[in-house]
Amino acid sequence: MADATGMGGVVSDADEKAARRRAKRLKRFDSPWMNPKLLTGAGIIVGILLFGLLGRFLWDPELVFIGSAPLNLPPVGFENLRGEPGSPAHPLGTQSSGRDMLALMIVGAPNTLFIGVIASLIGMTIGILLGFSAGFIGGRTDDVIRVLSDVMITIPPLMVLIVFQTSIGEIGILMMGVLLSGFMWQSPTRLIRAQVLSMRQSGYVRMAKLSGASTFDIMFKEMLPNLVPYLFGSFIAIATTAIVTAVGLETLGLGPQRVPTLGRVIYEAIDSAALLRNMWWWWGIPTALLATMFVGLLLVNLGLDEVANPKLRKV
Amino acid sequence: MSNRSIAGVPLSYIGNRLFTFFLTVLIAASVIWIIPRLSPVDPAEAMLGRMAAGAGFVENADQILVDLRARFGLDEPLWKQYVVYLKNLMVFDFGVSVANFPTPVSQMLAAALPWTLGLMIFSVLIAFVIGNAAGAFMAWQETPRIWKIAIPAAMVFTSIPPILSGLLLMWLFAAQLEWFPLTGSYGLFETPGLNWEFILSVIRHGTLPALSIVVVTFGFWALGMRGLMTTVQSEDYVQLAKAKGLRPRYILYRYMIRNAILPQVTAFALKVGLLVTGQILVERIFSYNGMGKLIYDAILNQDFAVIQGASYIVILMTAASVLIVDLIYPFIDPRIRHGGGQ
Amino acid sequence: MRNPDTILEVDDLRVYYATPQGDVKACDGVSFDVRAGEILGLVGESGSGKSTATGGVLRTISSPGRIVSGRVVLDSDDILEYNDEQMRRLRWSKLALIPQGAMNSLNPTMTISAQIADVIETHEGRQDEDALRERILELFRRVGLPGRIYSMYPHELSGGMKQRACIAMSIALDPILIVADEATSALDVVVQRVVAQTMLKIKRELNVSFIMIGHDMGLMAQVVDRLAVMYSGQLLEIAGVEDMFESPAHPYSEILIDSVPTLTERKSMRINEGITHDPRNPPSGCIFRLRCPFAMAACAETRPPMVEVRPDQLVACHLWKKTEDGSYVRQSV
Repeated sequence: MADATGMGGVVSDADEKAARRRAKRLKRFDSPWMNPKLLTGAGIIVGILLFGLLGRFLWDPELVFIGSAPLNLPPVGFENLRGEPGSPAHPLGTQSSGRDMLALMIVGAPNTLFIGVIASLIGMTIGILLGFSAGFIGGRTDDVIRVLSDVMITIPPLMVLIVFQTSIGEIGILMMGVLLSGFMWQSPTRLIRAQVLSMRQSGYVRMAKLSGASTFDIMFKEMLPNLVPYLFGSFIAIATTAIVTAVGLETLGLGPQRVPTLGRVIYEAIDSAALLRNMWWWWGIPTALLATMFVGLLLVNLGLDEVANPKLRKV
Repeated sequence: MSNRSIAGVPLSYIGNRLFTFFLTVLIAASVIWIIPRLSPVDPAEAMLGRMAAGAGFVENADQILVDLRARFGLDEPLWKQYVVYLKNLMVFDFGVSVANFPTPVSQMLAAALPWTLGLMIFSVLIAFVIGNAAGAFMAWQETPRIWKIAIPAAMVFTSIPPILSGLLLMWLFAAQLEWFPLTGSYGLFETPGLNWEFILSVIRHGTLPALSIVVVTFGFWALGMRGLMTTVQSEDYVQLAKAKGLRPRYILYRYMIRNAILPQVTAFALKVGLLVTGQILVERIFSYNGMGKLIYDAILNQDFAVIQGASYIVILMTAASVLIVDLIYPFIDPRIRHGGGQ
Repeated sequence: MRNPDTILEVDDLRVYYATPQGDVKACDGVSFDVRAGEILGLVGESGSGKSTATGGVLRTISSPGRIVSGRVVLDSDDILEYNDEQMRRLRWSKLALIPQGAMNSLNPTMTISAQIADVIETHEGRQDEDALRERILELFRRVGLPGRIYSMYPHELSGGMKQRACIAMSIALDPILIVADEATSALDVVVQRVVAQTMLKIKRELNVSFIMIGHDMGLMAQVVDRLAVMYSGQLLEIAGVEDMFESPAHPYSEILIDSVPTLTERKSMRINEGITHDPRNPPSGCIFRLRCPFAMAACAETRPPMVEVRPDQLVACHLWKKTEDGSYVRQSV
């Protein structure tokens, strides 16, 4: 098998056909941005956003409040331990303080995503600025930024946020995103610094410099477009880390308390022994929704990897 | 001077890593110290408030407030408090627990730490090994087709935080199937010690927490390794190794994995913080006797000394892991050990 | 009428690369032979299929490329018929390679000696430790490397030393044929000479044959015994190096040779463009006709066959016509 070993003798017809099929497939996805992983992942994330946005109009978001619904109802088609059947008025069931699960999901999912986006946007901005400064200015500036990012990448954000919350108290969603962003700038800084350093050596930036372009122009017009797939990838990776940390904090009972988030729903479920009471919908639905969200983010990231690194495409 | 080395590792490299380690610990310790002082709430009054809430009424409140301030050094100038704090950290003195008064925090941490470290070795390291093996076999051209389908299929959970997989496994294997105990780190009736019942019980209790970390993290390593292997596969030295007629398996280990693993080890150092905190959250849902449960209980009890001490220890643990990886790295990458021979 | 001391015979070798727009015929019906103890030079501009042709010989073509047809007879066996395990055993013991990028051709995490030891032990079984060490040091001596590099890693060597380490590795098992793929092109001129001289010395001492791929006609002229000229996947001419330089038979060979600069004479470059056609859609007839100064109507119709116009000088060109007595004469245009 020429394909399997990579070093075959004369190939058979079947191999030849396989090669042609592969060639055809390559053609179909000529634009690297149209790869199936990226599209599926983006589809999942957009789907969750639409669920949150349209849900507010199609379903009553007031049902997230305590006591707005009957207690402990299972989803439609199931029975709870007391033998009560699910009700179409609460298709995903309710939890033990009378909140409607569907409404909690509709309100909670966008909140969770929002925290990730805020942390990632701010983190990326800081990261891009520091990374470019370190790579371009070099010298002492570079040393300080490099050591600082080495240090900050080691400190787990969860621990600092636990200390912050237990001593300062209650925070909102926006504040949560801002706090998280303080730990999210290191990896884009490292990435951009490395890219800037390698690009400075490469021909076209030197050409641009010779032709009299200003440093600023080179940074933003010549180099940034080449970094786009990496930046997108970094953005998604950071958003994922931020959401993981936020969910972790929420499941400890910290994080935003007044607005529903998916992590907070899970915290209340664990806290109320939903596992033992077999109220699987209480923790299971937010878990499934979060899992879907993470799979979507992962697919987007893998798809962006293929854009940035063409070698991965054929696998 | 820059040529001097220990076992071939340049001193400047070791010095650099040690500097980063101490700086990390110092910055983390300072942040943990500064944050509570940003709070508008006076810690002494907060403590008094808790006492009042417990007893309903406190006599001599003003005098107690002064005593508390003196006892915790809060009447000293800030810089002095900071120096005392750092001095205490060096001997792992974090004060006493409020909830378990007057147990020293360090004693509680010492009891929890072995459980967390033990679980970490079994979960984080196993995930790293399995993940890299899976990634290598995914990219290797000679891997049987079955594995090429099975490995990606096993990776659907990748990037989901361990706490979610923990909930699923707990529900399925502990609550529904009852194959494993629901919570705790050993049976209620076991006597801790080196006897078989206790060891078996520890393994049974540790399986689900470890598994919930492994199933979601090995995919991360596998994906990274696959990418690196794809790159290494087209390196000239691998092509030459094939032309040399070396056996495919030997090329896989000695030429491909051996080189592709290097960036993975570096990535491990960058990722270890997230892995440790992920594990701490898993410990909390399984009520495992480690740092996770300690921190969670401390949050419930507003036991700030414990939270501060535990946070410091977790960060120290992370920084130490990074330091260890950094110090091992030169021994697997000769380019650092024999830096610049020419 | 093959030369009796032929050790490698390549017959009508075809290697294609699959692309979305159709196959690229990177090596399209190439035939040549290599004789015992000679250096055959393979020249052509980049993209001419030199490396693909030797890739076919070494069977190192990997997807999306494939060997479509042909025969590669080494030591009276067609190695394209070999299965993977037979091929693996043959590699290096008979057919070795000096790679193109010596910079990256050595495993960065193994010492030089370990990388020579592993190929010896794979093909010859476990060796006595001292004997193995002595054997590797002897290889180093042959290529002029000092013994102190024995326990060094690749990053501790200079480019020229790495290339010589690769040559030492290539002769470790006393092969019949060594393919040197642009072995000198990444090196600076002085080191190039040293490496080329090392190869000549090896050839004389071990009576091993080389296929030397390159695009530097000047260096080739001094090192090789015979020269084969490739253009866009096809072989245009093959002849002894003196014959080729004295009276090149193909218009393309002429252009290549005219472009070699000399110290006494200032010449304008006659190669001023690369391969002009789209490799997925080659011209009909003669592959070179789009750039040929002598192109005629016949050139667009049929691909010229390889004919022996003078003893041991074969060329594929319509300019050469067979006369009644069986010899060939070149038409003047």
